[in-house]
Amino acid sequence: MERIPILRMGKHLLVTIQIDMQDQTALQLQEDLATMVDKSGANGVLIDVSALEMVDSFIGRMLVSISDIGRLLGATTVVVGIRPAVAITLVELGLSLGGVKTALNVERGMALLDANRTI
Amino acid sequence: MRRENQRLADLLRDDQANLLSGWAAEYHKYAEGRGLTRDLQAQQTSILRELEAGIRADGNADNFNDPAWRVLREVLAQLSTDRAAQGETADVTSGFVLALKRPIFDGLQRQTGGAIEGQIDVIWLTSAVVDRMAQWTVANYQKTREDIIVRQQHELMELSTPVIKLWDGVLAVPLIGTLDSSRAQMVMESLLERLVETGSELAIIDITGVPTVDTLVAQHLMKTVTAIRLMGAESIISGIRPQIAQTIVHLGIDLQGIVTKSTLADALRTAMRMTGHTVARAAS
Repeated sequence: MERIPILRMGKHLLVTIQIDMQDQTALQLQEDLATMVDKSGANGVLIDVSALEMVDSFIGRMLVSISDIGRLLGATTVVVGIRPAVAITLVELGLSLGGVKTALNVERGMALLDANRTI
Repeated sequence: MRRENQRLADLLRDDQANLLSGWAAEYHKYAEGRGLTRDLQAQQTSILRELEAGIRADGNADNFNDPAWRVLREVLAQLSTDRAAQGETADVTSGFVLALKRPIFDGLQRQTGGAIEGQIDVIWLTSAVVDRMAQWTVANYQKTREDIIVRQQHELMELSTPVIKLWDGVLAVPLIGTLDSSRAQMVMESLLERLVETGSELAIIDITGVPTVDTLVAQHLMKTVTAIRLMGAESIISGIRPQIAQTIVHLGIDLQGIVTKSTLADALRTAMRMTGHTVARAAS
């Protein structure tokens, strides 16, 4: 099973999803992130999904739960780079990802996390 | 060949001049006084020729889809396509074909010198075949018109969904006309793609030109707004007229969490503030 790497950048964690995720990979990522946020004391998680061409309702729900878990552990989660086709699919699936912060690209996402930190 | 086919075919061959002039006179009545154009005269001759060929090949009204009638069908299809493209009405187009009945009946009368024997069979054959020809013509006419409508719909769809860049990082879509599912989908797709292309953070959806907002339209708007948020941008809906605001409230549509403005100018002002711009008149 493939494992998605989690990079640390200062006070933030960076996850880039480069492969079409299997459910198992997604669950593993959720667990890894929870451990990593706790261990590193990060206050921001940035998930880049710009390479993701396909999503299903499971991945959609996973993004929501990662965001919720992050919030409980004191980290803000930003999902960046959702493609138009993916956004339309999520909307059609009825998943509006309420409570998940989004940004257009990694740069904007980072800016959002930095702005969040000062508050 | 059956006897009635033989008689009709002979008449079409021998009495052509009379048939053509009788046909023209009869068409005159259908077309409210208008005469035959040069094109129609040419088509008359080829219709008579192919009708004769079909009758000689033992054709009748029951087997109008047979190979015996193939050329005649093509001639009629061409006729109806031309007339539909010229904007002629359906009744005049079918009238042109139906106008052939009377001259043939007159011709049959002349052929026998008024004798009744065997006449009914020929008349029935003529009548049935000409009716089928007229039906075929109208069916084709209809099809041509429908093709035109479909093409125009497609063109209209492409024309009516422009995404405009209003300011750095601000896009606008002025929606005009009824918002159905396929259009909503198209607007959503082109808007989202332009958001990625231009890296804009804000989209204004202007519904000034949308005549009515029902629950379906509202749902499409909500979907678009959600998709924009998922992409990491924000949106403003503008152009909500008083009547539409009332309709939305009456229908109980919940637009909570969506920024709405009454005019595009208001929306632009809000957009400027959100992107951190200030506009001021230059001191004179």
